[in-house]
Amino acid sequence: MSPTILLRDIDEPGLATLDVYERRGGYSSLRKALAMVPDAIVAEIDASGLRGRGGAGFPAGRKSAFLPKGDMDKYLVCNADESEPGTFKDRELMQKCPHMLIEGIVIAARGAGISRAFIYIRGEYEAQARILDAALAEARGAGYIGERILGSDFSLDVVLHRGAGAYICGEETGLLDSLEGKRGNPRLKPPFPALQGLYQGPTLINNVETLMTMPHIIEIGGAEYAKLGAPNSAGTKVVSVSGHVQRPGNYEVELGTPSREIIFDLAGGPPPGRRVKLWFPGGSSSPVLTEADLDIPYDFDSLAKAGTMLGSGAIIVVDDSTPVLDVALKVAKFYRHESCGKCTPCREGTNWTVRMLERIETGEATPMDLDIMASVQERIIGNCLCVLGDAMAMPISSMISKFREELEAHMLSRQLADVAA
Amino acid sequence: MSGVRRYKHGSRVPGWDSAADLDKAPATIPDPALVEVPVELREQIEAAMARYPERHSAALPALRAAQDRYGWCSPEAIEQVACVMRVTPAYLASVASFYDMFELAPAGRHSVYVCTNITCSLRGADELFAAIEDAVGDDPEIGVRGFECLGACDIAPMVSVDQVYYGPLELADAARLVEDLRAGREPIPELALALRPSADPGAASA
Repeated sequence: MSPTILLRDIDEPGLATLDVYERRGGYSSLRKALAMVPDAIVAEIDASGLRGRGGAGFPAGRKSAFLPKGDMDKYLVCNADESEPGTFKDRELMQKCPHMLIEGIVIAARGAGISRAFIYIRGEYEAQARILDAALAEARGAGYIGERILGSDFSLDVVLHRGAGAYICGEETGLLDSLEGKRGNPRLKPPFPALQGLYQGPTLINNVETLMTMPHIIEIGGAEYAKLGAPNSAGTKVVSVSGHVQRPGNYEVELGTPSREIIFDLAGGPPPGRRVKLWFPGGSSSPVLTEADLDIPYDFDSLAKAGTMLGSGAIIVVDDSTPVLDVALKVAKFYRHESCGKCTPCREGTNWTVRMLERIETGEATPMDLDIMASVQERIIGNCLCVLGDAMAMPISSMISKFREELEAHMLSRQLADVAA
Repeated sequence: MSGVRRYKHGSRVPGWDSAADLDKAPATIPDPALVEVPVELREQIEAAMARYPERHSAALPALRAAQDRYGWCSPEAIEQVACVMRVTPAYLASVASFYDMFELAPAGRHSVYVCTNITCSLRGADELFAAIEDAVGDDPEIGVRGFECLGACDIAPMVSVDQVYYGPLELADAARLVEDLRAGREPIPELALALRPSADPGAASA
């Protein structure tokens, strides 16, 4: 049984209120952090080995250290625009334990010397936005945010900002543009947000789960937290398991847990009589794995070694009752819809991929189309300002290479049916 | 082979549905003396602007406030927001058209988003979407849209009705949902996400 940190007692009635959260020891890490010098906070986060939980897996301590020192307008943005298909961990965390997020935000801001923070929450999460708003008001009333927090010389203003429905705003620079009141188009990097982000100021952007882990790290110490998990993948991770499993939901596991345990022991595996055909280990952007890969340990490095990624920690299981073409089409159509249109390879590539997949579906395609489609994917990857195009290209490429026979068989059966008709 | 698909205006690319009026002067920031803005809406927008170091950041909350009031981002609504925010209506129109949650045409009193992304469709969302569309028919009061992943794959297939999440739905729930909405009741209340406990065994509270 792995330790639960973020989901522990998450269903306790009233946990979303300050009273219950405080009674369970909430905000004690903040008191501790306020007594530390800011550099010591960053050092603890760094020592913990915590890697970003939003998708990229960048070491959180190092990210924080990138921000320039000194007295200037610096910003912290909590990325709560959870939109990666298959991911729903931040939703449950924010809904049930909003104060832990606020505590994490104040600790992270204190470490990097930031005096203004924003929570960018996706527009569809209205219930969660209300809960966070109420929690922010309570925290402000109790002096946990605002001017001179708990009598210290540290002040932090936290503003909740709601998006309005755009996947691209989960990309950090698209998010910044959206927060500035523009269309959510990603920006050219460099400059990276740590130097020039929101309102051109140095900006630290962290995912909800990353920030929510920080109070615990301050409580037990970075070195202690680093003992959890796998090499180069410290700690626990809330994994969203969905699709063809009997008990879909969020499960907190120690990184390095065998994927089979998560999919079968926790989520119940596919319905009786069905087998796992393919699974996305880290949201719909991650290259797919098959039944043969179920024993891969669920951590950053093991999944990277298998040619895929941990991403946002969302496992989508597809069983053998579903044609791979259906899955590929859903994925491609999603990215076509969400491409902001700024970069040609992504705007055109997602569109062409959908149209080529539709040709396969109708039987107009030949096996050569699969090669053309694979080459389109190669031309998208690495050629855009952000990774939205890559996020389609990677899973589609993996489906073409791993399920080529099935796709060719589908074309052939369609063509034979046409001939017979 | 299918023929070349063309849009209404004859072109193979989407473009504009109607030609731009070249005689019309470009819209400028509306004159506050000429645009009447309801006091309540003005206060909401000004409060939003005050929350940010830069007033443009209030574009999304301001447009949302206008949409909540008028049901959609009508040209008049956008003009009012532009007037208070001191930006051009075109700026706001460009922002509103980027985001899925802004309605650019008159919308019904109720919005039903049906998630049709991967997980939900693996669990029957496409059939559910069709069933809900059928049950609504041509009722202008209920706007049904297929939506990209709403972040609730644990309750797939799911819907967001007036921004409240429900799931998992059976096909038979489609008719009941629409019936409840028409009767002014909370739809399928027992399927509300808010009631659902966490799946993690470690989360069970003592």
